[in-house]
Amino acid sequence: MTKIRFLHRGEIREIHDPDPNLTVLRWLRENEGLTGTKEGCAEGDCGACTVVLGSLDAEDQLIYRAVNSCILLLPVLDGKQLIAIEDIGTPDDLHPVQDAMVASHGSQCGFCTPGFVASLFAEYHAEAPATDQRALAQSLAGNLCRCTGYRPILDAGLAALKTAGKDKFQARRADTISQLKAIERAGTLTTNYGGRSYSAPQTIEDLAALFEASPDAKLLAGGTDIGLEITKGRRSLDTIIYTGMVRDLTEVTTNETAITIGAAAPYTDAVPALTKDFPEASELFSRLGAVQVRNLGTLGGNIANASPIGDTPPVLIALSADLVLRQGKNERQIAIETFFTDYRQTVLRPGEFIARIIVPRRNQANLYGFYKLTKRFDQDISAVCGGFCLTVRDDVVTEARLAFGGMAATPKRGHTAEKMLIGQPWNGASADLAATALGDDFTPLSDFRASADYRRLSAQNLLRRFWLDTDPARDAQPTGVLDYV
Amino acid sequence: MSNQHMGKAVPHDSAAKHVTGQAIYIDDIVLPAGHLHGYVSMSPKAHAQITSMDLSAVRTSPGVAAVISATDVPGAIDIGPVLPGDPVLADGWVEYAGQALFAVAAGTESEARAAAKRADITYDDLDAILDIETARAQGSYIVEPYAITVGDAQAALAKSANQLSGKLAIGGQDHFYLEGQVAVAMPGEDGDMLIYSSTQHPSELQHLVAKVLGKSSKDVTVEVRRMGGAFGGKETQAAPVACQAALLATATGRVVKVRLDRDDDMMATGKRHPFHVNWRVGFDADGVLDAAAFDYLADCGYSPDLSLAILDRALFHADNGYFLKNALIRGFACKTNKVSMTAFRGFGGPQGMLGIEAVIDDIARHLGIDRLDVTKRNLYGRDGTRDATPYGQRVEDNILPELIDQLEASSDYRQRRTEITAFNASHSHLKRGLALTPLKFGISFTATFLNQAGALVHVYNDGSIQLNHGGTEMGQGLNTKVAQVVADEFGVPLDAIKITATHTGKVPNTSATAASSGTDLNGMAARDAAQTIKARLAAFAAEQLGADGENLSYADGNVLIGEKTLTFAGFVRQAYMHRISLSASGFYATPKITYDPATRQGRPFFYYAYGAAVSEVVVDALTGEHRVLRADILHDAGRSLNPALDLGQIEGGYIQGLGWLTTEELWWDGEGNLKTHAPSTYKIPAAGDLPADFRVAFFQGENREDNIGRSKAVGEPPLMLASSAFFAIRDAVASVAGNRLNPSLDTPATPEKVLMAIEDIKQRRDTEQ
Repeated sequence: MTKIRFLHRGEIREIHDPDPNLTVLRWLRENEGLTGTKEGCAEGDCGACTVVLGSLDAEDQLIYRAVNSCILLLPVLDGKQLIAIEDIGTPDDLHPVQDAMVASHGSQCGFCTPGFVASLFAEYHAEAPATDQRALAQSLAGNLCRCTGYRPILDAGLAALKTAGKDKFQARRADTISQLKAIERAGTLTTNYGGRSYSAPQTIEDLAALFEASPDAKLLAGGTDIGLEITKGRRSLDTIIYTGMVRDLTEVTTNETAITIGAAAPYTDAVPALTKDFPEASELFSRLGAVQVRNLGTLGGNIANASPIGDTPPVLIALSADLVLRQGKNERQIAIETFFTDYRQTVLRPGEFIARIIVPRRNQANLYGFYKLTKRFDQDISAVCGGFCLTVRDDVVTEARLAFGGMAATPKRGHTAEKMLIGQPWNGASADLAATALGDDFTPLSDFRASADYRRLSAQNLLRRFWLDTDPARDAQPTGVLDYV
Repeated sequence: MSNQHMGKAVPHDSAAKHVTGQAIYIDDIVLPAGHLHGYVSMSPKAHAQITSMDLSAVRTSPGVAAVISATDVPGAIDIGPVLPGDPVLADGWVEYAGQALFAVAAGTESEARAAAKRADITYDDLDAILDIETARAQGSYIVEPYAITVGDAQAALAKSANQLSGKLAIGGQDHFYLEGQVAVAMPGEDGDMLIYSSTQHPSELQHLVAKVLGKSSKDVTVEVRRMGGAFGGKETQAAPVACQAALLATATGRVVKVRLDRDDDMMATGKRHPFHVNWRVGFDADGVLDAAAFDYLADCGYSPDLSLAILDRALFHADNGYFLKNALIRGFACKTNKVSMTAFRGFGGPQGMLGIEAVIDDIARHLGIDRLDVTKRNLYGRDGTRDATPYGQRVEDNILPELIDQLEASSDYRQRRTEITAFNASHSHLKRGLALTPLKFGISFTATFLNQAGALVHVYNDGSIQLNHGGTEMGQGLNTKVAQVVADEFGVPLDAIKITATHTGKVPNTSATAASSGTDLNGMAARDAAQTIKARLAAFAAEQLGADGENLSYADGNVLIGEKTLTFAGFVRQAYMHRISLSASGFYATPKITYDPATRQGRPFFYYAYGAAVSEVVVDALTGEHRVLRADILHDAGRSLNPALDLGQIEGGYIQGLGWLTTEELWWDGEGNLKTHAPSTYKIPAAGDLPADFRVAFFQGENREDNIGRSKAVGEPPLMLASSAFFAIRDAVASVAGNRLNPSLDTPATPEKVLMAIEDIKQRRDTEQ
């Protein structure tokens, strides 16, 4: 019998062998009778279920992050602090963000409100809280409100954030840190509930051994996709191995030649290293999921998922990234573009997993562009995603990598279009040539996200946009509607 | 009466509970041990005969307490709210994918779901009609097509100097209330049933539950404290889950909760009607309309539900704010094999208005005149001329000319037009667009009998007050506004008043909280109740305290009786000791309205609410992506009862309308399955979609009709302000081809639709040259 331990309402909670398929939302509402946190969609897309997780970073600093409790599995709480709406404040003792929400008339029906408050609470404790509407709207992109139109919520948030970091949680910070230290675990957590097991190893060796021994286990990273197998697919996940506690898999390091990202590092930790070298990707990453998803979701998960519409594969293919795959004690390194073999099929062998992603540092001779087309800008799955990298030497394209998502059964390069560019100067006419050639590279599908015609045409036009964005004679005029203020 | 609360920006009465998670919704209610969870199995077929339904394996599945199908319904199977057509459980055949087949009650929701999967059902497929054009070609209608006519449109068209025709396909919209449909049924003695429901229409739900149980209304009680959003989606659509819960509760004798998860909710419940509008108009050289012929084709889905009233309202708003001398406005209620489309904020009005706004847009471009000028030239008159609507009501308080002039100035419309024209000439692929659209929206239920309301006010002998009325709280702040009215009647602070849940045992025979009427109707009914009590108090004061009954004044928690001041609590305590009744019901019926459905003439509306908006967008002609850069709104809320709550309705309405017209796309596959049934695939606006520059103001004025505080209803009208964004996108698209050709752009104007419209207009330009 094993207990998971986490901090909740100022106390260390211990739960014996919890059901690893039980979500934190259901645990709060059904087991604890804490019904302030709401279910709006059960897929991590509306934010009504937002709660805040406290954890210690590598320097033992306490960090608070908003997550969707509807797809968060209970044992993942092990070693963390859980803050739900009931903990943030009460009608007689409102937290500053709650007070501001009331003062700004930020709630109407009130159903989404606890989720907004939780997200604002996390922002209140962020290293650099938002100071303008656009930044705060980004932080709240994972919270949907159908009543207010958001203006009063944004006003409330901006007002409250002016005094950020001065609440009772801040005052208790040292105590919280020592409580979290006290429940730190050494070694693998293993729980058993009925026929369901959950393991959370802490070293890559332990992970590899566990997965090799049960190759049919479900590897759980952020759970922003796997959680839906339970809540939407209504499947039972009987053997879960959680990768989020594996130190080697959560590290992000940069050296002279490469950025190395542990496959289980959440986007929130991984993306800054990438956008530092490749600021062209900032917009795309800021629109990948939303804060709650990026706080849990991982590059490794996005890749291993092998969805044709994942946002990171086109980026990483364009960046010539490699994957290090591990099986037992063996590792192999492959180019990411060779990873995907067919619709949701990969080269992964039984018991093998992605350990890390290796991205070569920026090459100053290269031009980069990353694009994502969606119905809604924020938190939407791409109709088309493009990752482009051109090497231009002596005014001639010597190497071209034009990778697309949403255009085929796998993330894929447009080789015909690439060939068309080699040996050409990079200009509008070349972009047109490549765009035309792209028609031979892809036969996209029509579905509810977009028609084949739109996918084809917009993908072609993204190459034209790429030229406009990289045109050395480009003036200060914005090229996309998001840059336009 | 004092005026200490009405007109003030009082916060929503539940605000502190909302922000702390302490507001209780149906799914939060603590249920007694032994309660069950209901699950309703849904049809996978759009149109089929059910040839067999074997539920034996469902019954023996673990945890199952009851399984019911149509044959187990003790009372009526049909729960159509107005006309029949909506079986509570499928009765031999299915008419849309998502229709309720049978219901299971089990110890847990997952047991109920797992059990339902074990059903063995066979079907004979029937041809399914999945779009408006097929329905029209096959003559598949809910009712025969009908028309509102004025003058002679055909003759005037023939004589008109200029003619244009066009069409617009308008997409539907899911309500996406954050709280899905949910109900709890608690069986009592004598087979009585208490229902907790998230519904806008407790009385109708009470009647329908009674009907399916084979009981009468006296046996069923419905309570609603609050809804987590509704927007029309819980007017009729709350009833099925409540009826199914009641049936399962009757079958088991236990408490049953039925809660639809997001996917089931979106597949099973009705939406805003998709429409096609086809039009032909004649106009003079200045763009003034001589004649207009409109065909409004509504996709009603499989059953009548509220579609006829919705189509009526679409036709009533085919004029928007414009005078139509000669008009033929035809309505086609198309029956398709989709979920039955239902009420949604605006109730057909928005679709009605979009048609004529497209006309104004096209005329302007055709003549090379700014659309604002065409708009102004066609507005109703102000001096008793040009003021008759096609349905015979006079527009008596037309403030649109003044309102538009103010907005034109405050938004710098003309100067920005010049700047935008220059920008578009200089930029290769980013195009800006600008549009001002007005709105005139008729206030009242068009079914005249619905314009009534009741209230029940209890003054306790400690001076505290319980306020009940027939309206329901869905976030709009109705309870707060009605409490403001009652607080001012009695001159007491707001916290002296307890706002209670809506309860059919307290106020019977209510109308839905819909048609923007909540405050108008219930505010007046509550005031009536308060005034009844005050009349008794005045008589008491005259008789027992020697006061002149006319001279009682209530303020600051006190009652001034002649020279004497008593606390309100002390005064009512005295009245109680003298055996004066301190409880009264109140009633209100909207005056002046009459409408003859046979001639389609009359005065269906007590008054009109007005507004206008200017939106500016930027469009990427390479990808079709677009954003609203700035929106200026000037809205008429009369003398606002609560500017904070009304502002919330205006802003929220605009953004919800923006979603309807730009990002929210309902996508059915070829078999009639809705594939956009969750927020991952159906995209309502997010915080980042709020215009960076958003300027909202109230038009200064008051309701010329004697309604509650001379305010104006504000629930639905602001949604239509978002049409300015759609026409701004259209403007930007047209700029790609020199602003001469009219874009073919349907709604929602997704990046895909916009890019395809740009490609189309470029081709037409090139063909022309």
